[in-house]
Amino acid sequence: MIPSSFDYSAPTTLEEALNLLEEIGDEAKILAGGHSLIPMMKLRFAEPEHLIDLSNVPGLSYINTEGNTVKIGAMTREVDAEESEELNKLFPIFKDVGKLIADPQVRNFGTLGGNLAHGDAANDQPAVMMALNAEIEIIGKEGTRTVGIDDFFFGFYATAVEEGEILTAIKIPIPDGKFGSAYHKSERKVGDYATGGVGVQLTFDSSGTCTKAGIGLTNVNPTPLRASRSEEALVGTTVTDEVIEQAAQFASEDCNPSADLRGDEDYKRRIIKVLTKRMIVKAKERAFS
Amino acid sequence: MKREITLKINGEEYTSTVEPRTLLVHFIREHAMLTGTHIGCDTSSCGACTILIDGKSAKSCTILAIQAVGKEITTVEGLALADGPHPLQEGFKENHGLHCGFCTPGMMMRAVELLEKNPNPTEEDIRWGISGNLCRCTGYNNIVKAIKYAGAKMRGDELPSTEPEFVE
Ligand SMILES: Cc1cc2nc3c(=O)[nH]c(=O)nc-3n(C[C@H](O)[C@H](O)[C@H](O)COP(=O)(O)OP(=O)(O)OC[C@H]3O[C@@H](n4cnc5c(N)ncnc54)[C@H](O)[C@@H]3O)c2cc1C
Ligand code: FES
Ligand code: FES
Repeated sequence: MIPSSFDYSAPTTLEEALNLLEEIGDEAKILAGGHSLIPMMKLRFAEPEHLIDLSNVPGLSYINTEGNTVKIGAMTREVDAEESEELNKLFPIFKDVGKLIADPQVRNFGTLGGNLAHGDAANDQPAVMMALNAEIEIIGKEGTRTVGIDDFFFGFYATAVEEGEILTAIKIPIPDGKFGSAYHKSERKVGDYATGGVGVQLTFDSSGTCTKAGIGLTNVNPTPLRASRSEEALVGTTVTDEVIEQAAQFASEDCNPSADLRGDEDYKRRIIKVLTKRMIVKAKERAFS
Repeated sequence: MKREITLKINGEEYTSTVEPRTLLVHFIREHAMLTGTHIGCDTSSCGACTILIDGKSAKSCTILAIQAVGKEITTVEGLALADGPHPLQEGFKENHGLHCGFCTPGMMMRAVELLEKNPNPTEEDIRWGISGNLCRCTGYNNIVKAIKYAGAKMRGDELPSTEPEFVE
């Protein structure tokens, strides 16, 4: 299948890309890795009139530690986050999620920025970024602004990236104290979107008390979902089995899955409960290892 | 909106006039007339169209031809070595790694990158490594054996047995 006709530009600076976005207006779309957009265009679910390819804009693909923040460029490929030793030493969640996103060929092309900007609750990076409490850097004609991950996802395919804007980077705070992260999703087969997925990051003080918890859920709500009640249940405790059980129960109650070919609502809630439990255990283990 | 583009495939330049919406796989098959790269699905799922772009395995049905300008593209036609088949081609032949052969070019092109990153993969590494490539015939076992064989050959190690395994 072939997409409907469109025009194509490959600017070589961000400024040029922003000018093109302004000139062309809402018929223009950014092309990053193209591995969400092109499949949708082939099926004619999307028919943009003009693609603005970011591949030739230098300086958008990097993983840098700056003080207590790790900054990841929007055009960083999934494979590069999966394979980065520097990133995974701090946040092993990227190795977990890397292996579970699509397949190696897709990860060679798909970008982290695109995975978030696509605004699809079935994608895996949104829940990871919620667990890690990331901030998203967005550039427009008026300059750069930063949006917290909780204010980023609006609805189905809708994010805080507005018309005329480009997502440029993801900023992940490095917590104080001991911290560990983990992600897993249940999938019918390799390469499938999640039946349900859970990302967790836990931070502990020197006495072993959990000071911060981040839990993001994949594909069990119209938008990527933060499991707030579960997080609150963990903070201030030493994350005992009892507390973990309670947090997992909250996640399964607070998500809003809809029945589809991957399972009915009840099944998905059970998946979320089991995975929440397992990922809390794994994140805790990693925090202390 | 048509424009003339030149793509470098297996070291040779192919120039053609295409629309931006022309997919790379169509350029390869219908403009460069290299039909070893296959199309097996409409949903970017099967991997039959896998090629290398600057050494990275990619699904050419999910990339625009125009995005590949200035890159080195390798298709299955560019796989054989000057003095004979590539170890992967030998591996697939010796281990019956194909039945109908439809998935085979994609499997081999994917395995090129897999073996380059991980010259001595375990069975699990191989199965994860080809998770973006579907085969309707073989049941994968002989594909895994073929890639193992190619790895051994490329490392210069003793070649694993190509005898079929019978399960009692
Ligand atoms: C077979 C298959 C299976 C998949 N399975 C999974 C999976 O299991 N889990 C998962 O998470 N993903 C999966 N994906 C999606 C894949 O990870 C995509 O690559 C990713 O969602 C989008 O990244 P991209 O760089 O390809 O974005 P593109 O497809 O280029 O863009 C996606 C959208 O975001 C916009 N956009 C992209 N970058 C920017 C930017 N910097 N600024 C503003 N807007 C931007 C585009 O305009 C477009 O609307 C799968 C894809 C395929 C083909
Ligand atoms: S043709 Fe099926 S993945 Fe490209
Ligand atoms: S050999 Fe027939 S699809 Fe693989």
